[in-house]
Amino acid sequence: MTAAPKSGAGVTRPGFVWAAPAAVFFTLFAIVPLLLVAVLSFTHWDGITEPRFNGLDNWTALIDDPVMIQSIGTTLLLTVLGVVLQTPISILLGVWAAGHQRNRAVLSAIYFVPLLLSATAVSVVWRAVLDPNFGVPSQLTWLFGDGNLLGSRGGAIAVLAFVGVWQFTPLHALIYQGGARAIPQVLYQAAAIDGAGTVRQFFHITLPQLRNTAITSSVLMVVGGLTTFDTVLILTQGGPGTDTTVSAFYMYQKAFKSFDFGGGSAIALVLVAVATLISLAVVRFTGYDRMHGTTEGL
Amino acid sequence: MPRQRPNVLAGLGSLIWLLLVGLPLYVLLLATVRTRADYSTEGPLSLPAQWTLQNYLTDLSNGFGQDFLNTLAVTASVVAIVLLVVPPLAYAIVRARGRATGWVFRMFLLGLAIPAQAVIVPMFYLISKAGLYDHLIGVILPTAAFCLPVCTLVLTGAMRDISPELYEAMAMDGASPARVFRQLVLPLSKGGLSSVVVFAALQAWNGFLFPLILTQSDSTKVVTLGLYEFQTEHGVDVPGLLSAVVLSTLPVFFVYLFARRALVQGLTGVGGK
Repeated sequence: MTAAPKSGAGVTRPGFVWAAPAAVFFTLFAIVPLLLVAVLSFTHWDGITEPRFNGLDNWTALIDDPVMIQSIGTTLLLTVLGVVLQTPISILLGVWAAGHQRNRAVLSAIYFVPLLLSATAVSVVWRAVLDPNFGVPSQLTWLFGDGNLLGSRGGAIAVLAFVGVWQFTPLHALIYQGGARAIPQVLYQAAAIDGAGTVRQFFHITLPQLRNTAITSSVLMVVGGLTTFDTVLILTQGGPGTDTTVSAFYMYQKAFKSFDFGGGSAIALVLVAVATLISLAVVRFTGYDRMHGTTEGL
Repeated sequence: MPRQRPNVLAGLGSLIWLLLVGLPLYVLLLATVRTRADYSTEGPLSLPAQWTLQNYLTDLSNGFGQDFLNTLAVTASVVAIVLLVVPPLAYAIVRARGRATGWVFRMFLLGLAIPAQAVIVPMFYLISKAGLYDHLIGVILPTAAFCLPVCTLVLTGAMRDISPELYEAMAMDGASPARVFRQLVLPLSKGGLSSVVVFAALQAWNGFLFPLILTQSDSTKVVTLGLYEFQTEHGVDVPGLLSAVVLSTLPVFFVYLFARRALVQGLTGVGGK
């Protein structure tokens, strides 16, 4: 270990060696692949022989590919549905769970169970629950009609959005719970003295105070929505037809099922670009890089 | 929160949500303790005509135990790697003055935005080239790498809460960075460390994408991949499938029971990815 540079009042500080192992490891297994995906998007690669450069072929094919265009639309639709549906429910649940009543603590413990299941498990369970022949729809025909929810575009999208809500709302509710608990009680006491009821307090104190929490949560929802994959793979396989083929799933199919790894890389690069733009914007807006405490920004 | 009246509206909403969360969990648990025939004739909502644990036993004798051990190995290794590299990194980010460390921190912040989905093709290329395809280590390395940004952010936050006076006091004693790290930084960031461990363990235990593209044999199968294959190959055996879901969730559930605080903090780290 090198001698640490001394500064200020003789305080010894760690040198760069302390950061080096993590930096090297992350570079090898995240940064290099990220750069490599850009390179591979200009190659023809079948996964067996060596990749060879084919110029802009993958990109021109991608622009002309109706499934790609459709997949972007579907991905954006699911992302917007995710934010619009999950945000209000998460805020309500989170603020509710922030209360210290005994019954709330008990119920919250149940509410957060979906968090324990892997995305794979969630999808597998919902597929069984929604099975038209042996699942719940066959029992409640008055509610579900013929019960084949995944058989139409609208139905399949609705199911994916709903399963997303089921799966991710508890996480965001937890984030909002943290945010709500950080609101100074003085504000509520002052409002109560002024005669403001629960509802007014919610709209005039709680919601405005949760602004930063909402930014963090929405960004996570957007990035999560843009990269939707597991639920599509297990619940719909992108179908019916290509109706729920989201971009991440299309990339997987192209690369690992049609063995067009170059084309898959091009889609991946589009995904990276969008996700990076969004999170750069977030780092800007929330000031994560200037963060000075554990809970700030949450 | 000092509220006198019970909030009726909130109570009602919370009941609806309870129903939505509870229904699939009810189906899940009941399906695992009934026979296949019973499930298909009586439907998922009725109580089983006859209770059985056979589904669990069948899963265990059909290789689920192996999947379980593989996942355990992956999880333990990922946690070990994270614990090895992240605390020194976070210490350097919080205390070092060099430009290079600042750049490393910025790289990890940007890393937060890299979705694992985006790198599966080059990862497949690199891991194959390295001869690690279909080996557990080939799953462990990328999984650990993708845990690093969130873990770094969480631990840096925890270490920033340590007061500068304490560092100065140790410096007066002429302590080296290594000693400051061991005797001051590590003990005082226990909360952050437990969040990091739980977060990394959950990512590894529930990870699906890297195993999906980087392994193919039964001997390297992890539980999530096992569930997916069960579903595609024997999807009609719903009780068997759902029993596997329950088995795969048991370890996480126990952590939830006994270390809920750490789990919740680990989950919200930066909200999980």
